[in-house]
Amino acid sequence: MKNKFVKWLSLPYALWSMAFVIIPLLMVFYFGLTDKSGKFTISNILSISLPVHFKSLLIALLLSLISTIICLLLSYPLAMILSSMNSGNNRLMILIFVLPMWMNFLLRTLAWQTLLENEGVINTILRAIHLPGLKIINTPYAIVFGMIYNFLPFMVLPIYNVLCKIDKNLLNAARDLGANEIQTFLKVTLPLSVPGIISGITMVFVPALTTFVISDLLGGSKILLIGNVIEQEFTLNSNWNLGSGLSIVLMLFIVISMIITAVFDKDGEGSAL
Amino acid sequence: MSNVLKKIYIILIFIFLYAPMAVLIVLSFNASKSRSKWGGFTFKWYAKLLSDSSIMEALITTLMLALLSSIIATFIGTIAAIAITGLKKSTRTLMMGITNIPMLNAEIVTGISLMLLFIFFKIKFGFTTILLAHITFNIPYVILSVLPRIKQLNPSAYEAAMDLGASPFKAFFKVVFPDILPGVFSGMLMAFTMSIDDFIITHFTKGAGVDTLSTKIYSQVRKGIDPKMYALSSVIFITVLILLILVNLLPNAGKKAKIKK
Repeated sequence: MKNKFVKWLSLPYALWSMAFVIIPLLMVFYFGLTDKSGKFTISNILSISLPVHFKSLLIALLLSLISTIICLLLSYPLAMILSSMNSGNNRLMILIFVLPMWMNFLLRTLAWQTLLENEGVINTILRAIHLPGLKIINTPYAIVFGMIYNFLPFMVLPIYNVLCKIDKNLLNAARDLGANEIQTFLKVTLPLSVPGIISGITMVFVPALTTFVISDLLGGSKILLIGNVIEQEFTLNSNWNLGSGLSIVLMLFIVISMIITAVFDKDGEGSAL
Repeated sequence: MSNVLKKIYIILIFIFLYAPMAVLIVLSFNASKSRSKWGGFTFKWYAKLLSDSSIMEALITTLMLALLSSIIATFIGTIAAIAITGLKKSTRTLMMGITNIPMLNAEIVTGISLMLLFIFFKIKFGFTTILLAHITFNIPYVILSVLPRIKQLNPSAYEAAMDLGASPFKAFFKVVFPDILPGVFSGMLMAFTMSIDDFIITHFTKGAGVDTLSTKIYSQVRKGIDPKMYALSSVIFITVLILLILVNLLPNAGKKAKIKK
């Protein structure tokens, strides 16, 4: 279908992306690099060094790193188990992870309040079996919990996809050549699944780093992440210049993640879809 | 790992993923307005649901947004996916890079970037601005779900149809389109789901007076969630669950809805 007409078909999408993806991003830079009167300044970006902003960035980095690592540790075994019992039923797998999305994201996250509260469901169960209760609601732990809960599917699906694509003959060959189960895993399965792992890490790390909703709902609004700071600048303080400046700092981390993904996952093998 | 351990592990993760659904369904029958106290069993939230005009309005807005944005995104995205495969490599890489931006970028950045665009060009915030935003983040889902289908196509089939006298238009709709249809369909479904579930981008692109279910729930967080919201969410969830089970039980319909390969 490589004719001239087909090429022109990409025009509507190219125009759309220009208007609603590229130009808006340029707007972030425009507002981030100017002050209220429209004069050039880098003070919005430098304001990340203010203790209150810097602290929120550090906490966000820390919590999102912890969440990403736990997601990876939980997801890899799960993806391995699921791919080993793979009966070609890829669709069912995806459905199981997409189905929760039909229950509103905010309500799903709020439900964890009911579960995690000091007098909540989990603590009641723990006390009933004479275990000490957990005091995690309104703490950073609850935020990590919410991040893992919301973003786990984004880690499981890419890893599951790459594991399913691994040729079983490779594994058999490794075993025939004398590798034991652990060696086969370390030398064959793990290296081949790297694109999925990297893709999963980005898909979890970026939304976790930038969230303001999860910290809002589960952190008791005492813990400010960089996302909360930016959100407040936009909606409460209407200081779009400062909000944009901080977003530029945030985008630095996003771009780094994107580059890492692009390097490790050239063919988009690890895409979650 | 033994098989028993594997099963236990899967069940634990499954409980983790679905525990909040169970909580919300239980809360929808809770006579007490409090999220943490059980006040007895009731159907009243369901009964009052239809007569709550502000919730119904938010529901209609949410559904209209999801429907319109997924249809428009499917239209633009499918055409784009077909066109992208016909581009030369460098342009194709560029287009795919742009396609990946909304997928990989943080939602808050996508949200504020669109908000700034609308502010800069003095576009009035309202239904249209949310719709434009939803179409924008939905197109990549369609493209990424249609592209693999196009790559699997046998180009000879299209040429054969032309050799046998079909116009390019007819050859496309009779030969190519049926083959990519499952990808188009799953892309649209994904787009619809993403639109329904979106909060962050809507939060930044909505105007006063327009609410989706998500933004309405967010505004209730501080003062306490209206239990009718739990009822509505349960209804939506159970409806989708039943639909999915039906689709999976009907083998032919199931094949059509197959997501990627």
